[in-house]
Amino acid sequence: MPQPSPATTASSTPTGVLGASALACRRGRRLLFQGLNLQLQPGSITWLRGRNGSGKTSLLRILAGLSAPAEGALLWNGASGGAAQEAAHRGTLYLGHANALKDDLRLAEALAFLAQLQGLDDPTRRARQALARLGLASRADAPVRTLSQGQRRRGALARLALDDAPCTWLLDEPYDALDTDAVAVLSGLIEAQAGRGGAVLLTSHQAVPLAGATAFDLEPWRAP
Amino acid sequence: MITVLQAVARRDLLLARRRRVEMLLPLGFFIVAAALFPIGVGPEPQTLRQIGPGVVWVCALLAGMLSVTQMFASDLQDGSLEQMLRSPEPLVAIVAGKVLAHWLTTGLPLVLAAPLIGLLFGMQAAAIGALAGTLLLGTPILSLLGAVGAALTLGLRSGAALVFLLVLPLTVPALIFGTGAVVAIDGGLSAQAHFSLLGALLIFTGLGAPPAAAAALRISLD
Repeated sequence: MPQPSPATTASSTPTGVLGASALACRRGRRLLFQGLNLQLQPGSITWLRGRNGSGKTSLLRILAGLSAPAEGALLWNGASGGAAQEAAHRGTLYLGHANALKDDLRLAEALAFLAQLQGLDDPTRRARQALARLGLASRADAPVRTLSQGQRRRGALARLALDDAPCTWLLDEPYDALDTDAVAVLSGLIEAQAGRGGAVLLTSHQAVPLAGATAFDLEPWRAP
Repeated sequence: MITVLQAVARRDLLLARRRRVEMLLPLGFFIVAAALFPIGVGPEPQTLRQIGPGVVWVCALLAGMLSVTQMFASDLQDGSLEQMLRSPEPLVAIVAGKVLAHWLTTGLPLVLAAPLIGLLFGMQAAAIGALAGTLLLGTPILSLLGAVGAALTLGLRSGAALVFLLVLPLTVPALIFGTGAVVAIDGGLSAQAHFSLLGALLIFTGLGAPPAAAAALRISLD
């Protein structure tokens, strides 16, 4: 699908290698996985696989710094500890199951606010450019509540087009609710990110239409 | 840090403007609840003047609590809160922005409506001025403490009721000094000590509450 490619300027986000060593995750009383080692090499696309309830989202949330692992540590360029956590926080972009778009805001406003939260300059211009790349330019001024499920998801995915920095993307079910056009656009964005030297980790129920994606299965790390 | 505070406050104010009815509910509650007292207690001017400051303060506290329970709930539901926690900007500034927006949308209208209620209770001009002044210092304290309570009870099923039980006892000092100032002025005394203590309380909660709320949010989302 042809895309107008506006020159989004990259902000100076530090890049690095996100990893995990001997990670264990507990939800309630149940141990989901343990001893998990992972390293997201620059330019790699990793498809995180696992059954329902195997801890895919929990792993993403741990990597995003939103929840603390039961055991093990998060690594940034091989280092752990407070400073590395801080750097990992800045060098990753997390897109969760929820779209993080406010129903009462216009789509461009909601996205611009998220850009501002990310610490990007000129959020309004970036938001409109990103929406144009996702094919939502005509809906930019529509309140989020009037959008369909797929359009909202696309609006949330427009966050990926806000900035060209080669940071690490953590995407939870990004292909959910998308039509074929949007799937192609998203795949293009992910491949472009990998081409820039950013790492991408994503979960998906379906096989991902991505060139060069390696699968990472959670099954071997499942706690007995 | 200031930019993100402004950005969060501006967004919350915009959201409040788009949901005007929700925003006016606390103010409506405040006016109706306070107006019920003269009817219930009887129209004795002396009694009304005596209970006036206390009634206005308590009603303002309850009205402020009504909306404070929802401070983070919708952001949790739609995932905005996760992104706020993920922001490279300090979470304390984001919380402060939300508190500021909450105060501007609920606290400030209460302060502005208080003189009207004062008139209803037959209070004198000086006492009404003191009442508005103490609420100006007291309502931000309520927003700040409420933010901590709301963050602590985030995602719990009966969170709103818990916030009431957690936060209202903490507002007792503000209530004491707030009503004390009005009573002192009404009695022709200086209320400087009361105002100073209220100011000190505001500074103390202003410094302590945002970090506490930020820490509570991190725990709630874990």
